[in-house]
Amino acid sequence: MDFNDTPEEAAFRKEVRTWLDANATRKSDDKQSFRARNDDPELLKKAKEWQDKKAKAGYARITWPTEYGGRGGSPILQVIYQQEEAHYLVPLGFFDIGLGMCIPTMMAYAAPEHLTRYVKPALHGDEVWCQLFSEPAAGSDVAGIRTRAERDGDGWVINGQKVWTSGAHYSDYGIIITRTDPNVPKHAGLTMFFLSMKTPGVEVRPIKQMSGGANFNEVFFTDVRIPDSQRLGKVGEGWKAALTTLMNERLAVGLPSGGLDVDELMELARDTDLEDGPAIRNQQVRGKIADWYVQQQGLKLTRYRTLTALSKGQTPGPESSIIKIVAAPKMQDMGAFAMELMGPAGIMKEEVPHAAGFQAQWIGGAGFRIAGGTDEILRNIVAERVLGMPADIRVDKDVPFNKLGKG
Amino acid sequence: MNFDFSDDQKLLKEQVRKFLTDKCPTKVVRRVLDGNETHAEEVWKGLVDLGVPGVGIPEEHGGLGLSPLELCVVAEEIGRSAAPVPFDTSVVLATEALKLAGSDAQKKKWLPLLAAGEAIGTLAIAEGPQPPKPRSIRTTFGGGHLNGKKVPVADGEAATFAIVLANTGGQGDRAVSLAIVDLKQAAVAKKRVETIDPARKHAELTFKDATAEILGAEGEGWRTLERLYDAAAVYFAFAQVGGAEAAMWMARDYALQRQAFGRAIGSYQAIKHKLADCYVKLELARSNAYYGAMMLTDGGADLPLAAAAARIAATDAYDFASKENIQTHGGIGFTWEADTQFHYRRARVMALSIGGPMAWKDKLVTRLEQKNAA
Repeated sequence: MDFNDTPEEAAFRKEVRTWLDANATRKSDDKQSFRARNDDPELLKKAKEWQDKKAKAGYARITWPTEYGGRGGSPILQVIYQQEEAHYLVPLGFFDIGLGMCIPTMMAYAAPEHLTRYVKPALHGDEVWCQLFSEPAAGSDVAGIRTRAERDGDGWVINGQKVWTSGAHYSDYGIIITRTDPNVPKHAGLTMFFLSMKTPGVEVRPIKQMSGGANFNEVFFTDVRIPDSQRLGKVGEGWKAALTTLMNERLAVGLPSGGLDVDELMELARDTDLEDGPAIRNQQVRGKIADWYVQQQGLKLTRYRTLTALSKGQTPGPESSIIKIVAAPKMQDMGAFAMELMGPAGIMKEEVPHAAGFQAQWIGGAGFRIAGGTDEILRNIVAERVLGMPADIRVDKDVPFNKLGKG
Repeated sequence: MNFDFSDDQKLLKEQVRKFLTDKCPTKVVRRVLDGNETHAEEVWKGLVDLGVPGVGIPEEHGGLGLSPLELCVVAEEIGRSAAPVPFDTSVVLATEALKLAGSDAQKKKWLPLLAAGEAIGTLAIAEGPQPPKPRSIRTTFGGGHLNGKKVPVADGEAATFAIVLANTGGQGDRAVSLAIVDLKQAAVAKKRVETIDPARKHAELTFKDATAEILGAEGEGWRTLERLYDAAAVYFAFAQVGGAEAAMWMARDYALQRQAFGRAIGSYQAIKHKLADCYVKLELARSNAYYGAMMLTDGGADLPLAAAAARIAATDAYDFASKENIQTHGGIGFTWEADTQFHYRRARVMALSIGGPMAWKDKLVTRLEQKNAA
């Protein structure tokens, strides 16, 4: 057992490092992030420039076939590139949904001329894509969406509302799942399309989150007309297409990186003076630190097991399905506990070292437990796909969508 | 990245698993639980024939001379079957103690006997109530003689020799030393004690001027024990992972078959989520155990931390899976006839035998502090 690269991987890592050294600035430490250093209104512009540079050098999507601007490389090379890139101060995060989910769905369903038109600009960061799935009445139960698409001559007319659409406010295109037949059970009446976010009748309204940020949006569709050529897959087979997209989502929503962890918690415990001495000497505090260390290590090492499979050219086992189930509550609970250690001042933004960081974990954890599959849905997935337990009995299974209860 | 066992190691694991599935089904565990025998002798003999006790013993001493990784995969299978055999005592604790602290003569004498299954070793530390610590050990060793009482000692009846923690007169942590004592002498009395897990028999050993010799340097007993426990923590973690996995699947199989309110109870989220949590804890434990195995094999500097993390995660996974297995079974799971009890009992015995989670968490943080200070 070892954590070493194969000779091929080592050579690729060296090549990547050389290129990154020549084209980007190395972080002074790994907790540093581009955004923290540079609260820049032109972040998107910089991200597009970086994406273009990467695409030109062939690093933007390593696993894609060469005809689409990839290099037909194995997933482990993609991971190695990302591991190395994480050590540099570069703006990231704007293209993950488009390149990780939307374009792969396009590749599976769009006509060749559309691929010629859309893939390259997405890869180079010229055009940003978003995924229009969730709705106010359809979160975990995505197949319960109500946004309608109705035939109108050669095309379709879309009416309805999407929500939690990451990046819709700066996106140029989106893939959208719609209901085209409310008279059949919910999974059977769906159809997928792509469309320009500039199409008349599309209106984007940012949602201010509990954390104060606004990465998500509501998107309203009022008599939005699109041609039938923008349909992805057959009419009524939108669920199949959506599964292609969602399969990629769970890979894309990975571990949050660069956040505070056990090291900072220990630092805080050393510096915190409790009634009976430093918090680090308190057995309750030590017990918590030990538990979170075991989780932190367990997550890292579980990822190494997945990477081992990738490195050997095998399909990874189901072990990576535990990562978000563990990481999200850990983030929330550790944040809350760190604030408790700070005493009453734990609620203040800047008074105590690391206060803002742990508060951000406590707030962010609440969202991370929901995004990209809630704790509960992920447990269902583990139970059903890993342990082979039965799916829930569905009262809506054979009922036409328009006969279902609302609310 | 090569963070997995080799094909050969997986093959060995399959071989041991197949043997235990055939020769050590749960009815064998039940036989020992209900009966008088000290351990399942025919299972133990079969494991000896497979070479299991000699896996980690060097070839020059009659063993197979394999790496800790091979012993880890064997441990996982022993744990999965809850086999009533002196594996954790003889193959792990006694063998590793000899490898760690034995003189050349001691290794030459005992290791070939262990490898051949002609000797069974155990470790005798506790002396009744209170967790053992250097200042609380009353058993004494001096002038080649051992005096005192050790209880509970796992496999104390089956064992032919024991490694005993005894006071040798020094100060503080240096008050204690390890001594090796042949149990086949009149100066040793053995008495069975009742415990929560009758499938793993325990005994009280009384020494009255028993002939013994020191193992390792005088006054080094506590330090050697700490190092021994680090190695043992990794092997125990694999056994606990195996046991946790077995308990999880037992619960899952029952949940698929048991009907309530017109459907399989395995279709309720209350059951599904509970078993998903078993899986999450199991995989955290498995990943930490793998790292422990890697550190044990390389003589890695990170072993003390890796061992503690493996121990904590595996104890948690096994405790949780074994108790939720009973809960998933409902009333039938609480009967004497049900197989659920085997893992519930074994999980607790394994959790306490080389120090419980509270002690290991404290150790882990101490080691983290040392690492960060370095």
